Parts: sequence; structure tokens; C-alpha cells
Amino acid sequence: MTLETLYEIARSTWVIWMVMLFVGIVLWAYLPRNKKRFEEDANIIFKDEGNGV
Amino acid sequence: MSGQTGPVTPAPAPLAYDDEVIRKFVVATIFWGVVGFTVGVLIAFQLAFPALNLDLEWTSFGRLRPVHTSAVIFAFGGNILLATSLYVVQRTSRVSLFGGSATAHVIFWGYQIFIVMAALSYVLGYSQSKEYAEPEWFIDLWLTIVWVIYLVVFAGTILIRKEKHIYVANWFFLAFIVTIAMLHIINNLAVPVSMTGAKSYILWSGVQDAMTQWWYGHNAVGFFLTAGFLGIMYYFIPKQADRPVYSYRLSVVHFWSITFLYIWAGPHHLHYTALPDWTQTLGMTFSVMLWMPSWGGMINGFMTLSGAWDKLRTDPILRFLVTSVGFYGMSTFEGPLMSIKAVNALSHYTDWTIGHVHSGALGWNAFITFGALYYLVPRLWGRERLYSLRLVNTHFWIATMGIVLYISSMWVSGIMQGLMWRTYDQLGFLQYSFIETVEAMHPYYIIRGLGGVLFLLGSLIMVYNLIMTIKGRVRNEAPMGGQVTAPAAAAN
Repeated sequence: MTLETLYEIARSTWVIWMVMLFVGIVLWAYLPRNKKRFEEDANIIFKDEGNGV
Repeated sequence: MSGQTGPVTPAPAPLAYDDEVIRKFVVATIFWGVVGFTVGVLIAFQLAFPALNLDLEWTSFGRLRPVHTSAVIFAFGGNILLATSLYVVQRTSRVSLFGGSATAHVIFWGYQIFIVMAALSYVLGYSQSKEYAEPEWFIDLWLTIVWVIYLVVFAGTILIRKEKHIYVANWFFLAFIVTIAMLHIINNLAVPVSMTGAKSYILWSGVQDAMTQWWYGHNAVGFFLTAGFLGIMYYFIPKQADRPVYSYRLSVVHFWSITFLYIWAGPHHLHYTALPDWTQTLGMTFSVMLWMPSWGGMINGFMTLSGAWDKLRTDPILRFLVTSVGFYGMSTFEGPLMSIKAVNALSHYTDWTIGHVHSGALGWNAFITFGALYYLVPRLWGRERLYSLRLVNTHFWIATMGIVLYISSMWVSGIMQGLMWRTYDQLGFLQYSFIETVEAMHPYYIIRGLGGVLFLLGSLIMVYNLIMTIKGRVRNEAPMGGQVTAPAAAAN
């Protein structure tokens, strides 16, 4: 198998890689053990304590 | 800190954000907004009364139309995106701007020079004839330099952040900055005829050029007017409502699904053209899929208020922000619908498209900008509150009536126009000549123009309110929401 055929296969199946990546992101977002950290992240905007100059 | 006698000890080493440049961006947003709306009203009435082009080449519709679109998208929209992104990234990273105030000022002046150069070139008759990418090659190069500096300042500020996580608004802003850079460079690959002349020729020809243009054009909508403004939504709605976003996890999925899908939707601008059929269908399919992230995002914005809906009664700033999300949902429902080939066969090239664009631009982009401006001005100029919340309320209702007149007249006019174009008589000839469709649209053009006048009027009320706020004045007025709920009325 040459590099070119490998490239062809990877290229013609890009939609599968993209979907897998996306499903991975969704799982990561909704993993129960990540619940708390995302709740904390949502509150970052209220931690701001600086002043403008 | 000035602690000479200090009985009041200031907080230990408070962080100093670079807000001088943000104040300038805010002023520029307001200024270009009024300019853009005014030119819009003028060209709307030019369509109803062609004599208003004054019979001069510089004020003809063809030259003023890009002045309007560039002024509202890139000058009004661009300046608020620059203002809010640089404001938000400092506060959510808890550091001041990477590169300091001086570099940020280079972005500010560089961007204003870009706007002035672009507008002058249109009026003088120079154009690449690419929608939303009209500026000629030398202006494009100038913008590229300014934009790269912007990217360095924004990404640099994220890199030196003191907060572990990058808040979701910054992801949207970063996607906006990076994608616009890519789109701008690729769609403007042109060869100048001479190094001293403005004229250039684009690298591609025919359908390849059309596809590149609408890949650019639709993603200008997707990443400039959507992703960037979602960055505004994810910071300013939770801040103004004083509660975190409904679901941060949904915002993560919202971000990635928008990023994955939007880039493929461009071909729906080229239905029934020389573009291969499969490409058209691909564009249509991705456009329809965009329903999901759009409505996911809308739900996220709306539900942030769950349990606090009463705030809408007493807080017109929040009302601007939340109504904008409603218009976001409405126009992102309408958009995929219009991308379906059978619907597009009726809607394309008609005023329906113009109505659709304005429900997004006026309802979503401008309303969320107004909300952000009302939020920002008292804070940036160190005022306790706005000059008048009641005037914000007046602005809200006048502008809303303007939008309703605008989009409903364009729906009627556009669908009528599309139907007239495709009406055949019993012998198989077209029933209507082109000029008959133009005559039929005349009353709707006037209604649309009046809608524009109301929208402009509302923005002038805002200008007055913000100027008085900056001056430090406070209007003596009854609180919003009447006596009963007065104690609950949130100071902005």
C-alpha cells in the first residue's frame, strides 16, 4: 500500500472521522463526571474582580 | 494605590484592564451604526423613488448599497465584535490585553482606516463585485495586516490567562477571528493589473469563483454575524441576568456543531446554477442540519432566564438581549427553510431574501449590539447607571416596530414578486413583465423604508441616552415595571 492509496482512503472516509470526533466531543461534554467542572466553568464570568483603566 | 490617609483600603492590587481602546471601539460602533442605518434608509427610499439617486454616479444605488452593507456589517458589527471580544477576553482570562494598550490602538485605528478606505472606494466606483468582499486588493491587504494583529492580541491574551478554563464566549470569538482570516484571504486572492492602480482580477473564473465567493459569503454570515455575536450572547446575557448560562455543556455542543456544519452551507446561494447538482444538495443538507445547533443555542440563551423571567419586565436591556435571541432563532429557522431547493426556487432573487437578512441583521445582530452597548457604556465610563432606562424601553419598542414593518413588507413583496415571475397565461407565456412586478412592489418599498426610519429613530434615542450617560447625568424618572415591582427592579 502506497502513501497515495492510504491518503485516498483517509480522504474518502473523512466524514466518518469527523462524526467520530464530534460524537467524542458530545460524550465528553455530557460525561457525568464532568458535570461539576462545567458548572464551575459557567461561573467564570462572575469571578472577574478587576477594574478598567 | 493612593493610600495616603486611606481609611478605605482598596482591594489588594486590583487588576487593571485595558479599557481605553474598548471605549473607542464602543464610540465607533455607535457612530458607524448611525451612518449605516442612515445610508440604508436612503437606499430603501431610492428603490421606491429612483429620483433620490440625485442623478449622480457617486450617490447611485449600486455604489451606496455596498456602503450600507459594509457600514452595518463590518463597521457597526465589526466594531462591537472588537469591543466585546477584547472586553470579554480580559475579564474571563483575568489579565489585561496581550501587547498592551498601544497594540490594541493599532488595531483600532487600522480598522477605522480600513472602513473609510472601503467606503470611499465604493463611492468612487471601485469594487471587486463580490458581495460583502467589495474592497479592492490593496484594502484587502491592509485589513489582513490589521486582522492578524487582532488575532495575535486576542489569542495572546488567552495564552497568558490566569483562569484555567477558556470561557465559551472566547471560543466563539476565536472561531470568528480565525475563520474570517481564512475566508478573507482565500476569497480575495486577486492579481492587481498594476501596482499603482486599484483594479485587480480574481484568481478563479466562472463557477469556481462563484463557489469560493459564496463559501466566503455564507461563512461571513456564519462566523462574523453568528459565531462572533454568539460570543456576545454567552457573556452578556448571563451577566445582565446575573445567573450562569442555562447549560454550559449545551454551549460546548453548540459551539462544535456550529463549527463543524456552517462551513459547508455556502452552495445554497447557488441553487439552479452551473454549480454541480451534488454540491447544491450538499449545501442544502448542511443548511438544514444547522437547524439543530441554532435552536440549541437559542434554547440555551432563553433558558438562562428560566426562573427569572420577571426581569424582562423591569430590565429593557435584558429585553433587547433576549429578543435578539428570539430573532436569532427565527432567522435561523427561516434560513434553512429557504435553502431547500424547492423553496429557493420561489424565494431566490426576490425581496424575501432581503427580509430574511434583515430579520437576522436588525433583530439579532443589532439588538444584541444595543443590549451590549447599554451594558458596556455605564461600566466603561464608570457611571452608576444609564441616564434613562425608560428611553431604552422607548428605543426597544420603536426599533421592534421598525423591524416588523421591514420584514413583513419584504415577505409580502418577495413572495408576490416570486409568484409573479413564475405565473404563466393559458398560452404558456409569462403573465407579467418585469416592470409590472416592480410597480406591484412599490407600496411595500415605502413601508420598508418607513420601518427603516423607525429603526434609525430608535438608534438616535440610544445615542442621546448614551451621550447623557457618558456625561454622568441621570434622568429623574419612575423605575421600570411600576410601583408594585419597584423594589425588585434591578439597577442595570
